[in-house]
Amino acid sequence: MQFGIMSVSDITRDPVSGYTPSEAERIDGITKIAVKAEEVGLDVFAIGEHHNPPFFSSSPTTLLAHIAALTERLIVTTSTTLITTNDPVRIAEEYAMLQHLSKGRMDLMLGRGNTAPVYPWFGQDIRQGLPLALENYNLLHRLWREDVVDWEGNFRSPLQGFTSTPRPLDDVPPSVWHGSIRTPEIAEQAAYYGNGYFANNIFWPKDHYKRLIDFYRRRFEAHGHGSQAQAIVGLGGQAFIGKNSQDAHDQFRPYFNEAPVYGNGPRMEDFEEMTPLSVGSPQEVIDKTLTFRDAFGDYQRQLFLVDHAGLPLGMVLDQLELLGGEVVPVLRKELAAKRAPEAADAPTHASLVKAKYGDAEPRQPRPNANRGDNVTGGSPYQDSDAAVASYPTS
Amino acid sequence: MTDQTYRLVVVSAGVSDPSSTRLLADRAVQRTVATLEARGHQASVTFLDLRELLPELPQALSSQLLGPKFTHAVEALAAADGVIAAAPVYKAGASGLFTSFFQVLDNDLLIGKPVILAATAGTARHALVVDHEMRALFAYLRALPVPTGLFASTEDWTDKALSTRIDRAATELAILVESGFARAVRDDSWGRYQHSFGSAGGTELGIDLDSDLMRLATGGTLRDGEDPFDLSKG
Repeated sequence: MQFGIMSVSDITRDPVSGYTPSEAERIDGITKIAVKAEEVGLDVFAIGEHHNPPFFSSSPTTLLAHIAALTERLIVTTSTTLITTNDPVRIAEEYAMLQHLSKGRMDLMLGRGNTAPVYPWFGQDIRQGLPLALENYNLLHRLWREDVVDWEGNFRSPLQGFTSTPRPLDDVPPSVWHGSIRTPEIAEQAAYYGNGYFANNIFWPKDHYKRLIDFYRRRFEAHGHGSQAQAIVGLGGQAFIGKNSQDAHDQFRPYFNEAPVYGNGPRMEDFEEMTPLSVGSPQEVIDKTLTFRDAFGDYQRQLFLVDHAGLPLGMVLDQLELLGGEVVPVLRKELAAKRAPEAADAPTHASLVKAKYGDAEPRQPRPNANRGDNVTGGSPYQDSDAAVASYPTS
Repeated sequence: MTDQTYRLVVVSAGVSDPSSTRLLADRAVQRTVATLEARGHQASVTFLDLRELLPELPQALSSQLLGPKFTHAVEALAAADGVIAAAPVYKAGASGLFTSFFQVLDNDLLIGKPVILAATAGTARHALVVDHEMRALFAYLRALPVPTGLFASTEDWTDKALSTRIDRAATELAILVESGFARAVRDDSWGRYQHSFGSAGGTELGIDLDSDLMRLATGGTLRDGEDPFDLSKG
């Protein structure tokens, strides 16, 4: 079971102090937050992707490569990478590069994005958002698994003999989560490929997420990847932890009331009642988080949103101390005790290498000499199809 | 008498007490019940005073998060055989509370359901709000407003013609309810309306694994002329 944090990358005015951090301050801050996450014993750091103010994270792989360089164990990932408006070829290249630089301490979560104007900025049509997401992933999946790809679809120019470089680390593609809050087709795609399925678990009552997660588990089994209990499920959530319940509520209320997403809407107590938000003492946050497993079954990754809505850096770092120091150790113990023996762990690079090669050495692709193109033969790599890869001589 | 008890739901957006909007809705539902009974049926009535939903409205509008009273209202409408929807006219339109309530509901909650539309106002100059504005909203929801729209301004309350129109609307509603139109349309044609997973108040849980998008989700293709089941390339 992995625990971590996910950031939206919003730069929001602190409603208590009235201070709005600069982009530079917030970007420095997120690095400190990620490093702190590792220090307090968390496993995962995830960053979102946005292309408009007041968000800073337009280039997640650059940030995550930097964070990977500053950490030792932390898995860096996204929440989410836009599979709609990014060219899947660029996703294949950039995240493979991140995989090499982080030595496999990365994965990624794909999402469609909920900001309508982003689509036309990148030449896409939001009305085609779902087929775009599905088709783009189909291509991405192949780009990481086939050295040379011929491909034709509806949304980007065709590819002839294209090789995405670098090839994935150890020729093992990064592990992928498909994030969705309402779309059965995305859950089906995750199930078909045996990938992870992530529900953000923030806005709505858990019944809503449970329907899709149960569907994903059934389909994961139907597509032959293992039992329903072996499906790979991730959940979001948000917590604000205080010494006691009253302190937590008093401290968090001004931030909740003006939060960009739900501010000026529900009362905080109603939102706690109806959604997975937990505000309270460490024990209260533990108790509420344990209800996720009761509702959704054993799962593999829990990410908390902790750095949003204008919460100042110092307060976020204090939250991480409480999360890593008092909440997560108890959750690890309690969840491990309840866990069904067949429930899988979240895939990691090491587990995927082991699954693919056993004890054998992983493939290390070495390219052939530059021919000026890679469209004239089979593989451009030395270890496969050498005869086909050269020009016919007769 | 038949075994069937028809379920009528009254949605009133009147906010004063007593409210002329609620009064108009009450008269319409009483006449509908009387008409159904005269035709040999039984009827039950659920009253939804939207005023009671006001505390839950902000979160419903901002986050699509329905509180307990909203959830009860959705369940009542999902089970309704006929609806009486009544609004006060404010600033030349159905009140914000009325409009907001129906805008929060799932698009497919009221498909095929017969509805009496009713409005009250301080002046007859608002008389077309029912037929020009409210009728359009219910057309969007694919509900079935009865031919007679009810409108009552100050002078109508002393005019017997209002009672005649109420009787007319009630008869129209009773006959549409009795006809089973909504149920038949939903049973026979539900799949032809647009739905999303979890819509219709959380009751729409069907997933079509044979759709084009599901083929695309499983490594297939959307392109014309290719076999969508050919997974050799995926």
